[in-house]
Amino acid sequence: MLNKQELSDLILKWVPEATFSEGTQLMEVIVPADKILSLAEELKNNKETAFDYLISLTAVDFTTHMTVVYHLDSTKYRQLIVLKVVLTDRETPAIDSVTAVWATAEFHEREVFDLFGIRFNNHPNLQRLFLEDDYGYPLRKDFRDEINIIER
Amino acid sequence: MSEEIIKDVIVKENEDYIINMGPQHPSTHGVLRFEVCLKGETVKYIIPHIGYIHRGIEKMCEANTYQGIIHLTDRMDYLSAHINNEAVCLCVEEALQVEVPERVKYIRTILDELNRLASHQLWWCAFGMDLGALTAFFYGLRDRELILDIFEESFGSRLLHSFNTPGGFMHDVHPNFQKRTKEFITYFRKKLPEYDQLLTGNIIFQERAKGIGYMSAEKAISYGVTGPSARGSNVACDVRKIAPYSAYDKVEFNEILKTEGDTFARYQVRMGEMWESMKIIEQLIDNIPAGDYTAKMKPIIKLPVGEYFKRVESARGELAVYIVSDGNKTPYRMKFRSPNFSNLFIMNELTAGGKIADLVAISGSLDLVIPDIDR
Repeated sequence: MLNKQELSDLILKWVPEATFSEGTQLMEVIVPADKILSLAEELKNNKETAFDYLISLTAVDFTTHMTVVYHLDSTKYRQLIVLKVVLTDRETPAIDSVTAVWATAEFHEREVFDLFGIRFNNHPNLQRLFLEDDYGYPLRKDFRDEINIIER
Repeated sequence: MSEEIIKDVIVKENEDYIINMGPQHPSTHGVLRFEVCLKGETVKYIIPHIGYIHRGIEKMCEANTYQGIIHLTDRMDYLSAHINNEAVCLCVEEALQVEVPERVKYIRTILDELNRLASHQLWWCAFGMDLGALTAFFYGLRDRELILDIFEESFGSRLLHSFNTPGGFMHDVHPNFQKRTKEFITYFRKKLPEYDQLLTGNIIFQERAKGIGYMSAEKAISYGVTGPSARGSNVACDVRKIAPYSAYDKVEFNEILKTEGDTFARYQVRMGEMWESMKIIEQLIDNIPAGDYTAKMKPIIKLPVGEYFKRVESARGELAVYIVSDGNKTPYRMKFRSPNFSNLFIMNELTAGGKIADLVAISGSLDLVIPDIDR
C-alpha cells in the first residue's frame, strides 16, 4: 500500500496539473476536467493504487462554479481518496463520463445530471433519473420552485 | 385465415414483449417499476425506473439544522432508521471533534444490531413470501414485534425513532431496556433455528433460490454493491470491520462471507448475520457503562467550514454521508450515498437471460428498500 506522499507523487506523474488540498479530512486531489477519465483509468488499473470501488459520485454548486466530487476506495488496500473537478461554466457544464471505469458511475452520473444539469460526455444513456424532463435542476443554488419551496 | 393475419402473427411472435412490473407490484416492496423485456418466459433485459417516491431529502437538508436533518434520515431507509440517524450524528460529531460518552457508544452499537436484526427478520419474511412460503411471514413478524416493543418502550416510536442527536441521545433509554433486550436474545436464540427448519432446509425453497442471479465479485465491486448482497459474492466490504465506529472495535464478530454469489448465498449471509448480531449484543449488553446519555453540545450547531465524510454499515450495505459546510447552522450541501441506490442497478446483470419467475427471487435477495433509492 502506498502512503500519502507516494500516492501524490504517482498522481503528479500521471497528471502534472493536479493540485492537492491541505488540511482536509481525506486526501483530496483537484484535477482538470479533461484529465479525469485518464486519471480514473490509471487509478483503477494500476496495481499499486487499485481504486476499484467508486463509493459515491456527486456534485456541489458553489454559485460561481460547480465541483464534481468522486469518493474512491480500494477493496484491496482500503484506502480512500477524493477526486475533484471544478467546472467554471455553469450554463452548460460538461465532463467526461467514467462509466467505462466503474459501472456504478452510470447511475450516479444520471443522478447528478438530473439534479445539477451537468452533462457527461460519452455516457451510454444520459436521461433524467428521478424527475420529469421539463423540471429544473433542483440542487442548483439558484433553483426556485415558486409553489413548494420553503425559504429560511 | 387470410395470409395477412398469418404474417401478422409470425411478426408478433418474433417481437419482444415488454411488460411493466410495478410500480405497485407487491414483490418490489415499494413504488419501483421494472420495465421487463421478455422473449417467451426468458428475460432479455430489464430497466429499473425510479423516482416515484423522490422527496428531495438532500435539498430539504440544505434548509434544516443538523438536529432537524436526523428526522429526515429516518425516512430514507425506514427499516434501519437508527443506523441512518447514527451516520449523520457520527459525521457531525467528527466534524466538531466531540467525544461522545462511552455509554452512548455502547447503546448505539446495541441499537444498531437490534435494528439490523429487525430489518433482516422483515427481509426474511418478505423473501419467503416472494417465493410462496406464507408461514415464514408470520414467524418473522412475530419475532420482529418484540424488537419493536423494546424500541417503543425506549423511544416512544416503533419504526422511525429519531432517537439519536448529534452528541448522544435525546434522553436515556428506558430502565427495562437491558432486561428486555437480554430476554429477547434468549428467546430469539431458540427461535432462529426454527427459521432454518422452516425455510433454509426446505427443498422447494432451495431449488428456487440456488443457482440463480449469479453475481461475480468483480461485477459487485464495479457496480458498487455492498452489504450482505456483496458478501454473498465473497467481497469483504463490512464497514464495521474496515473502519470501526461506535463500539465495534470492542467486540468480536465474524464477517459472513460466501463464495457462491447466487441468491441462496445472499440468503445464507443474512441468516448468518443474525447470529453475529446477537453475539455482538450479548458482548455489550452487560457492560453498558454508567454516565451521561449525551455529550455537552451547544443548542445551535455550526460546523467549521470544510467537507466531512462518514460511512457506516446499514442493514443493506454501506451508507455514506457527505457534508459540505460553509460555517452556517445548515449544511451547504448534503449527500447520502445510499446502499440501495447502488445495489439496485445490478438487477439487469443478474436477471438477463434468466426466467421471469426468478426475477422476483433475485430482487428479493437484494433486499431493496425503495425510499432509500429515491431519497
